[in-house]
This record gives sequence, structure tokens and C-alpha cells, in this order.
Amino acid sequence: MIVRRWVEGVDERLDGSSFISRNLRKVFPDHWAFMLGEIALYSFLLLVLTGTFLSFFYLASHQPVTYAGPYQPLQGQTVSAAYDSVMRLSFEVRAGLVMRQMHHWAALVFMAAIIAHLIRVFFTGAFRKPREISWLIGIGLFLSGIGAGFTGYSLPDDALSGAGLRIAYSIILSIPFVGTWLAYLFFGGEFPGPDILNRLLVLHIFIIPLAIFTLLGAHLAVVWHQTHTQFRAPGRTEDTVTGTPVWPKFALKSIGLAFTTFGVIALLGGLFQVNPIWLYGPFVPYSTASPSQPDYYIGWLEGLLRLWPNWEFHVFGHTIGELLLPGLVVPGLVFTILALWPFLEARLSGDHEWHHFAQHPREAPVRSAFGAAGVAFFVVLVLAGGNDVVAKFLGIEVDSFNTILRLALVLGPILSGLVTYWICRDLRDRPLHPLAAPPSVTFRRNAAGGFDEIETEPPVAGHATEEPDRR
Amino acid sequence: MSAVAGSETAVRRRILRYGLLLAVAGQILWSFRPAPGRALTAQEAAGRALYEANCSTCHGLQAEGSGSGPSLHGVGPAAVDFMLSTGRMPLADPAAQPIRQPPRFDPQEIAAIVAYLTAIAPGGPGIPEVDPQAGALPRGAQVFLNNCSGCHGAGAIGDSVGGGQIAPSLYASSARQIGEAVRFGPGVMPKFATADLSEQDLNSIARYVLWIRDHGDRGGLQLGRVGAVAEGFVAVVIGLGLLLVVIRLTGSKT
Ligand code: HEC
Ligand code: HEC
Repeated sequence: MIVRRWVEGVDERLDGSSFISRNLRKVFPDHWAFMLGEIALYSFLLLVLTGTFLSFFYLASHQPVTYAGPYQPLQGQTVSAAYDSVMRLSFEVRAGLVMRQMHHWAALVFMAAIIAHLIRVFFTGAFRKPREISWLIGIGLFLSGIGAGFTGYSLPDDALSGAGLRIAYSIILSIPFVGTWLAYLFFGGEFPGPDILNRLLVLHIFIIPLAIFTLLGAHLAVVWHQTHTQFRAPGRTEDTVTGTPVWPKFALKSIGLAFTTFGVIALLGGLFQVNPIWLYGPFVPYSTASPSQPDYYIGWLEGLLRLWPNWEFHVFGHTIGELLLPGLVVPGLVFTILALWPFLEARLSGDHEWHHFAQHPREAPVRSAFGAAGVAFFVVLVLAGGNDVVAKFLGIEVDSFNTILRLALVLGPILSGLVTYWICRDLRDRPLHPLAAPPSVTFRRNAAGGFDEIETEPPVAGHATEEPDRR
Repeated sequence: MSAVAGSETAVRRRILRYGLLLAVAGQILWSFRPAPGRALTAQEAAGRALYEANCSTCHGLQAEGSGSGPSLHGVGPAAVDFMLSTGRMPLADPAAQPIRQPPRFDPQEIAAIVAYLTAIAPGGPGIPEVDPQAGALPRGAQVFLNNCSGCHGAGAIGDSVGGGQIAPSLYASSARQIGEAVRFGPGVMPKFATADLSEQDLNSIARYVLWIRDHGDRGGLQLGRVGAVAEGFVAVVIGLGLLLVVIRLTGSKT
């Protein structure tokens, strides 16, 4: 193969350390659920590509200009230069709109893949020792993704951007003692602040992507070194990895997945309108848009705000605003618990061993119960974030829908946790799953009409096996 | 003295009795009064027949209202024409928010009911003359986004507004109905007088609302113009869903 020859050439010149060829022979497990992280990776790549294109045309400026583009209902209106530049992208720049839409869809798919990946890792116990570091980095990536999404959503300076920023501003204000100071510091003054777009842009296209690149690099390096976990199967051990070698099979398959991800996102970008800012209009401080929702991965935070009762506390003569708990404290708690989960679980179960086998959800009913409760919590909150739209869709009143959601927020996690626990325990106590324990004896019909017993070999589960050096 | 007194009481009684009778008769006659103090025109008379057959159970014979419907005094022709031409009235269930339906009456009948109610319960905003072509799209967009989109949604597709009420989609409304709704404010919708929104603004709003019905769809399918909720759904179900199918088919299962 050309590549092999090329690699050998490089290897030879680099003093035959065979570093490259050793890594090219590295074996990767190829269970389908392990590809979720790759989908996130490739969506991120597409985000960077499309985002670079957008940044060639975007202008982070509040400067009022008169819109003079082809969209009739805005002609002659005063809009910010930022809004104007996004309108130009959407209506005048060649392929600008499809790039914008792909960028937005890529962000939505990116976060969906991250969440799905997180769920997969959680339910299979793949975060257990020694992989807590990857888990923590992953949580960092999740948070960075939320930050990237929020800042990006705020850049076009349309009515929805403004609504989101206003909520962020009020949440910062609700921090005791330093809130006002922080809000002024970040926004550069009273809302909406003269400098905010510029700062958001720097965060969105420099600081956060840099953070994501760094974390991603670390994430991949740690995974590369520690290897993936894999499911227990005949012929597999804790000390070996069974799967496909990086070159050529795994790499080619992965490149295929990259192009498939690009393709699916391009399809969405070309077929479905996303965030039509011309319908929402430019941000005007005194008007509100509806339906006014953030993207779903922030929607659960919005849901917390919408469901939370208007409690105000007075502590030592100091008023603690109603936004503090749902806006900062509860999300902070959620992320702390999520980040510390591997350590909490080790402490609670007393299991401090190294694990290289992934577990099936049924093997750890308590963890699976917590996971199911978390997913239910998240889903109820996402629905609450869109309560007006969902209520109208379901044909019920928002107020009664809110009551239902409040109940569901408390009961949903408990019920789904309990049910999951029972199901997992039940499955665990049964004989092995037929996939995990293939029948060692099968019957085949013979020519005489009777049956022959055939001893079956344990299935060859991978294409290669290696003993990685994980230390 | 007693005779005089007796005849006096008899007279008083008679007066009382006739008075009572008169009062009752008057009451009865009053309820059949030609309200404007003049004879009803043929159109008004037609309207009265329709009104009494279809509306009076809830709004009262004199449009004075009842337990199941508000008084119609002072609501004005815009309100009546709107309620009838959007099929909201006659209402089936007085407790529910009236919704748009095929109108029960034809335009002539509606005009007759409007005329009758104007005669017996005058006042209120008249039916506005709305000419979308005379309006300006940019002004319409501006006024719509500042005054209406908070309830009806930026895409005019409607949204829940709390209190069990829905601000409906405006895609079925005619220019005239838009004008009427703005002027009298159905249900929980605020009313906008000419001081708030001029005739010209009204023309512009109508033009904009009619315009975005079939424009503004740049970029592909619109997902009901409900924004992030539908977008999230598509991203997760179609976007991630397709990719899950792909990795499931190409990945190993153990
Ligand atoms: C079942 C009882 C019922 C019937 C029959 C009915 N209405 Fe109504 N009407 C109502 C109620 C209740 C409202 C208040 C609706 C709301 O705004 O929520 C109302 C509102 C109205 C209004 C608007 C009042 C305002 O202040 O906004 C008009 C005009 C009206 N009705 C006209 C009519 C006419 C004309 C008819 C006969 C064709 C009719 N209604 C039949 C119950 C009824
Ligand atoms: C406070 C929220 C609110 C605002 C603001 C508002 N509306 Fe409404 N609108 C409603 C509600 C609620 C209804 C339904 C009334 C009913 O029938 O009960 C409605 C009904 C209407 C209808 C009738 C729709 C149909 O079925 O044909 C039109 C037209 C309309 N509104 C136009 C406007 C316009 C134009 C503006 C801005 C000038 C506006 N509305 C502002 C809440 C609002």
C-alpha cells in the first residue's frame, strides 16, 4: 500500500522508532455505540469550517445602520451593523445562508452527539477507574459546548439574541454582593451594554474554540493511551483490546463517518430553515418575541427558570433574587454531581478497582436508575423550556401544563429511576443475554430429517487483538 | 266621611291596579321597543330576527348580557363583524375561548346583525377600512414586531398566552378582520385606538401579515415557524437519528 510505504519511509528517516507504524496498528473496538463521540468530533470539525466562513462576513458592532438589502420588510429600518451583516450573509452572500444554517444545525447535532455520548459512557460505566480523567474532560467539553452555543446564539443581534442576553444579564445580577459589578464588567454597562457583541465574538470564535480544541486533544490523547473500554465477550479479557486496527480499516471507516456526518448536516442545512432572523427582526430593548426559546441544550436551563416558583429570600437584610437558585445554584449542583459521579460511585460502591470492560446497564442497576432519573429530569426541563409551544401543540393550557411539568419534574425522575432499577435487576438475575452468551451447541437438520448436534466455536468477535500498554 | 273615605280607597286601589297593569304592559311593550326610537329598517329587522334566534340566549334580548355572554353595548360594529365573519359567534360553549370557524352567516346576514346591534346598542369602534396595498411593508414589520409578535409569534403562527388563552395564527385572517381585531381587541388581546396605531399603520400591519404568509421561507422547510423547539426536535430525531442508524449498521454489535 502506498500509505504503508510512505509511513515506512517516514519511520526510516525518523530513526525507525516505528512510533507511527506502532500506532497505526493500534486496535480500536468497533461497537457501534462507541462512534457517538466521533460524531461529536466531526460535527465540531464542520462547525469550525462553516464558522470560519461566517466570520469572514460577520461584524460584531452595535453601530446603527440603515438596512438596504433585498429583504423588503426591513428596507429602510435602522438595525445594528451586526444584524445587518447576518442579513447580508443570509440574503446576499453566495452560499451564505446554507453555511449559516449548516453551522447552526452542526451545533445542534454536536450537542446531541455529546449528550448521547455522555449517556452511553454513563450507562456502560466506562467512566470507572482509570478513566475518570476522560470523564472530567468530557464534562468540560459539554460545558464549553453550551458556552459556544449561547454565545453563538447571541451574535446575530436579533430579537431572540437579545432575549437570551437579557436573561443572562438578569441571572448575573442575581448573584449576591458582586452581581451588579459582574454584570457591568461583562456587558460593559447597563443592559444591553456597548461592548457585549465584541466580547461575545472573542469568546465564540477564539476562547471557547481554543478551550474545545485543547480539551478535545487531551480527551483523545487520554483515550488513545488508555484505550476504549469494550463489552465482555468470549475471547476478550481485561488486558486486551479486540477490534479493528487503526490503519486501514478503522481510519477509513472513521473518515467515512466524518463524511456521513458532514452529509447529514449539509442535508439539514439545505432542507430545513433554522433561526430565520429576518422574521424575528432586529433586537429592540422594549419588544419581546415569541415563541422565545433557546436551543434545546440550553432549553433545560430555561425550563428551570420557567418552572421555578418566584421565591425571594432576605438574608441579613440582603435580597437574594428569584433567579439565583434556578439560574445558577441548581445548574451548578447538577454539573457538580455529574462531574463527580465517578468518584461518588466509587465511594458508595467501595469499588476502587481498574476496569477495562464496559458494563451493560443491567449489571449496575443503581447507577442505571440514577442515569434514567437524570435523563427524565433533563427531558422534563427541556419540555418546560418550550412550555408555550408544547402546550399549544398538545392543545392544553400553559398553566395546567406547567402544573403537570412541575409534578413530572419531581415524580418523573423517581418513577423512571425505580422502573429502571427493577428492570435492570430483573435482567441481571436472569441467565446471560443471548448475545453475550451464544449457545455453545446448535442443531442442524440433516438429510435424513433428524437433527445433528454441532459444537459451535466461540464467535471471533474482532479482527485483531492486542495487549495495550496502558500505564 | 266613611263613604268618601271608602270611595277614596277604591279609587286608590283602582289606580294602583291599573298602574300595575300599565307598568307590566309597559314593561312588555318596552321589551319590544324599536330601540333607536324610530322604526327599524328592513335590514335591521332582518338582523333582529337573526339576533333573537341565535344570540339573545347569551347576550340578552336587549344585548344587555347574561350569565353566559357579555353585554354588547358599546362593543361596536368592528367587534360584531369580526366575531361573526370569523365564525366565533354564535358560540357553542360559553366557557371556552371562541375559536375561528366557518362563519354561520353569509355577508348579508352579518351586515344585518351588525346593523341591528348598532341600532340598539350604539357606540364602539366602527368597521375600519383596511387597504393593505396602501401600507408599507417595513412599517408593517416594525409595528407588528413591536406590538403583536409577543403574543402571536414572530411568524404570526400563534402561541399560548397564559390564562388558558391562545393567540391564534393570523394566516386565516383577512385584512378587514386584522383591522377589526386591532381596533376592538377580542378576548385578552389589547385594543389599539387610532392614537396608538394610525390608519396607515393598520394598512401596513395588514400588508405585512398577509405578506409573511407566503414569504420569508428562505432556507427551506419552515418547521411551523415555532423556532428552537422544532429545530431541536429535527436535529435530534432526524440529524442524530440518521447518524445513529448509520453507526448501528456499520458498527459491530458486541
Ligand atoms: C353560548 C353563548 C353565546 C352565544 C349563543 C353568542 N355569544 Fe357572543 N359571546 C359569548 C361569550 C361568552 C363572549 C365573550 C367571549 C370572550 O371574549 O371570551 C361573547 C362575545 C361576543 C362579542 C364580543 C364582545 C366583546 O366585548 O369583545 C360579540 C360582538 C358577540 N359575542 C356577538 C354575538 C352575536 C352577534 C351572536 C349571535 C350570532 C352571539 N354573540 C352568540 C357568548 C355567546
Ligand atoms: C396580549 C396578547 C396579544 C397581543 C399583543 C395581540 N394579540 Fe391579537 N389576539 C390575541 C388573542 C388572545 C386573540 C384571540 C381572541 C379570542 O378570540 O379569544 C387574538 C386574535 C387576533 C386576531 C384574530 C385572528 C383570527 O382568528 O382571525 C387578529 C387578526 C389579531 N389578533 C391581530 C393582532 C395584531 C395585528 C396585533 C398587534 C397590533 C395583535 N393581534 C396583538 C392576543 C394578542
